[in-house]
Amino acid sequence: MSARGLAAAVRSGERSARSVVDEHLETIRSGEPEIHAFNLVLADEALAAADEVDRRVAAGEDPGPLAGVPVALKDNLCTRGVPTTCSSRILEGWLPPYDATVVERLAAAGAVVVGKTNLDEFAMGSSTENSAFGVTRNPLDLTRVPGGSSGGSAAAVAAGFAPLALGSDTGGSIRQPAALCGVVGVKPTYGAVSRYGLVAFASSLDQIGPFARTVSDAALLLEAIGGHDPRDSTSIPEPAASLTEVLDRGVEGLRIGVIEELSGDGLEGIADDVRSRLGEAASALDEAGATVETTSVPSTVYGLSAYYVIAPAEASSNLARYDGVRYGLRVDAPNAGDMNTATRTAGFGDEVKRRIMLGTYALSAGYYDAYYGKSQKVRTLIVQDFARAYEEFDLLLCPTAPTTAFPIGEKTADPMTMYLNDVCTIPSNLAGHPAMSVPFGVGDDGMPVGVQILAPAMGEPTMFQAAAVLEAAGSGS
Amino acid sequence: MNAEATAPEVVPGWETVIGLEVHAELATATKLFSSAPNRFGGQPNTNVDPVSLGLPGSLPVLNEQAVELAIRVGLALNCQVQRSVFARKNYFYPDMPKDFQISQYDLPINGEGWLELPDGRRVGIERAHLEEDTGKSTHVGGGGRIHEAGYSLVDYNRAGVPLIEIVGAPDLRSAEEARSYVGELRAILVAIGASDGKMEEGSMRVDCNVSVRPVGQAEFGTRCEIKNINSLRSLGRAIGYEARRQVDLITAGERVEQQTRHWNEDEGRTHKLRSKEEAYDYRYFPEPDLVPVAPSDEWIDAIRAALPMLPRERRLRLAEAASVDTEAAALTVERGLDDLAVDAIAEGAAGPRVLVHAENNLADGAGRLDAASFAALVKMETGGDLTATQAKTVLSTLVADGGDPAIVATDLGFEAMEIGEMEALVDRLIAEHPDDWAAFTSGDEQERKKKSGFFVGQVMKATSGQADGRAVNEILARRAGA
Repeated sequence: MSARGLAAAVRSGERSARSVVDEHLETIRSGEPEIHAFNLVLADEALAAADEVDRRVAAGEDPGPLAGVPVALKDNLCTRGVPTTCSSRILEGWLPPYDATVVERLAAAGAVVVGKTNLDEFAMGSSTENSAFGVTRNPLDLTRVPGGSSGGSAAAVAAGFAPLALGSDTGGSIRQPAALCGVVGVKPTYGAVSRYGLVAFASSLDQIGPFARTVSDAALLLEAIGGHDPRDSTSIPEPAASLTEVLDRGVEGLRIGVIEELSGDGLEGIADDVRSRLGEAASALDEAGATVETTSVPSTVYGLSAYYVIAPAEASSNLARYDGVRYGLRVDAPNAGDMNTATRTAGFGDEVKRRIMLGTYALSAGYYDAYYGKSQKVRTLIVQDFARAYEEFDLLLCPTAPTTAFPIGEKTADPMTMYLNDVCTIPSNLAGHPAMSVPFGVGDDGMPVGVQILAPAMGEPTMFQAAAVLEAAGSGS
Repeated sequence: MNAEATAPEVVPGWETVIGLEVHAELATATKLFSSAPNRFGGQPNTNVDPVSLGLPGSLPVLNEQAVELAIRVGLALNCQVQRSVFARKNYFYPDMPKDFQISQYDLPINGEGWLELPDGRRVGIERAHLEEDTGKSTHVGGGGRIHEAGYSLVDYNRAGVPLIEIVGAPDLRSAEEARSYVGELRAILVAIGASDGKMEEGSMRVDCNVSVRPVGQAEFGTRCEIKNINSLRSLGRAIGYEARRQVDLITAGERVEQQTRHWNEDEGRTHKLRSKEEAYDYRYFPEPDLVPVAPSDEWIDAIRAALPMLPRERRLRLAEAASVDTEAAALTVERGLDDLAVDAIAEGAAGPRVLVHAENNLADGAGRLDAASFAALVKMETGGDLTATQAKTVLSTLVADGGDPAIVATDLGFEAMEIGEMEALVDRLIAEHPDDWAAFTSGDEQERKKKSGFFVGQVMKATSGQADGRAVNEILARRAGA
């Protein structure tokens, strides 16, 4: 059942929140051992929260738009008194003394948190294989990855553990696993959702966003978590956009551009089946009344390179605080400096270390201009290219990921092939624009394919209109 | 700057060049990026919150009051107040919660400006930027240094307290000038309410760049930065030591290495902390969690309009009122007595006498003395109704108890001696001491001075110190000339 349906049933008293949560906890108990979507299942806390929703319904109070709906949280979102690990040993034992803004807003909306989901350590990865606590498996084929870094959240929704989940997307970490698991995933406009309480990877790129099985549920969740937050200086001073009310408006008259550079012909590695589904999606939008054309956004091809300078640079600074002094892991040594080194050596995994080194190098005296400075210029070019494209088009279209879900272990040996998974998603992070992945058919291997819709800043309503059309067309195909 | 003219040389033939970096804690209610209180003291780790502890997921939000105080500092130092960007300064240290400091780098809130010393000379200000303070470490065992310590304790109460870092140009040429600069800067910061300026509590800290060069050489020598200077006295001592050390090196045929050095107050010397090669690479980059600060012209104008009178303006005002130069007005302004002095002068008191009293007799403040009675007292003194000694005594009564100086003088038995009465006394003393009188009238300048002192002393003795020494000398001169 959809989140919308569950909330309606709970709000009307037709179903108790406890029964809804119980049912999902039962699904988790049976499916979780082989999928491993969660770092932590919060069964007791979830039931207590469900009882509180039921009390509010019984008392005639408004229990909120997500009353009784189970939600899974990526384990880099701070939860008061509940372990928040980022799937890293270095945060072992740390209990945040506060809730992230999105966690507070979920509670206010009546949602029930059922657990903290697995991720690539500190959200660095595209397969959830970089977790210190083991890999998450794709519920549709247990030999394959769920994508990443929010693989646990995507898998939880795909497996029916929760109808909704939150992830974070720095270079595609919501959209790519959504595509690989066959669910809807949204990266909102930078600043549309507060980052307060999201453990930072790359601050200028990170955004929290929803996973859901339907476009409508994703809209419902984004409405609940979005809107201005004074605790985040980069938060847009606007209320959350209304999305659920625009879903049935269709795409009649919309101009949609298919990004040439990210759709196969110009780009190595986009699989034929993915390219075919994209073409069918474009046709579906065309048939629904949109004008669909191929267009060029040339600098997007440099996005990946710029991203792998900017994101590690910011990460090298953001992750400096894990030094063993105040919280988390400490490996003792004779003096403070050696203790820092020993702690970080033991606490971080290989990918995190790789990116800290990349970023430290890129910011070093004498290299800054050549790497960080140049990458920021590329970023500006991408913003300008998008701006030009959006003079002609309302939305842009391209694949979410180059391929369907790949086998566990296939790409772990070569970081570069892993990084290429994000080639289509990264430009939106660099530009700060919204983008979402909508399932659209399957590949030759029977695994889901995601189509990505891109919009200019604050363009979520139009983006969701097109997503609803694609969803309807895709489910029929 | 034309500081060369008067700077004393530590070693003959050598000139000391000094540039100071002053960190002052801004007197805000809360920290620079969070609502944790900005309060000195308190139990360790109580004035903290997730942001000032740099906990994962926390984000900085800029304190508007800190920006306003920083702009006040900029305006008071005649700086260009401009759009600014925060940057991260990355280095590992246990008392820095995030292992980076949020500071400003290439775009500081205040650009170039200047500060005028009490003697009227101007010192360049290169910039004055906002940044957050660190916590405080206590290293236990191993002589109190981090690398040898048995363990270290960290108190994050100070972490995130707003600082303004004021970078002065290398325009100072002596320890005295450096002390004068810091004193003036402190007076400005206190006057505008930006900081309490307490060096002993660490709310104002001075790092000092020192180099030396042969007098007449245009290029600067290689500089060393001295840290851990905790008082104005240390500042002067450290500069003197460091300048001599550098001159000794050069005269011995060695080179000065660019270093950061630590001042040891007990030993009275500096020692090397690290060389230029060992300096940190701070890997500055723009702080992505904050947006640029772009204060509007309206806001800056409003802050400017609300600025109180600055020490420099107070010196100018008093100097003009008292018809003296600004340097002569400096001490009275420094003591905070200039409002009183200006008002007393406006009531007709002689400016120079007012300043003499302010400098010599009101070191501990004016107490209950008001401008009207101060003026009345000075007028009695200059009118010959009170001697300088009597005026001083009356003044101390007015400071302690207030009141009318005429009544106080009467109560103290201070009556001006009739001039005829005084002449009769002098004539009697001349008759009683003929040898001394002869020596006075026929002796050389020195002898005459000595004997005038003798006769004034005798008059004072006879009048219990109530006579006016100048009047006595005038009578003696008249008698000798007759």
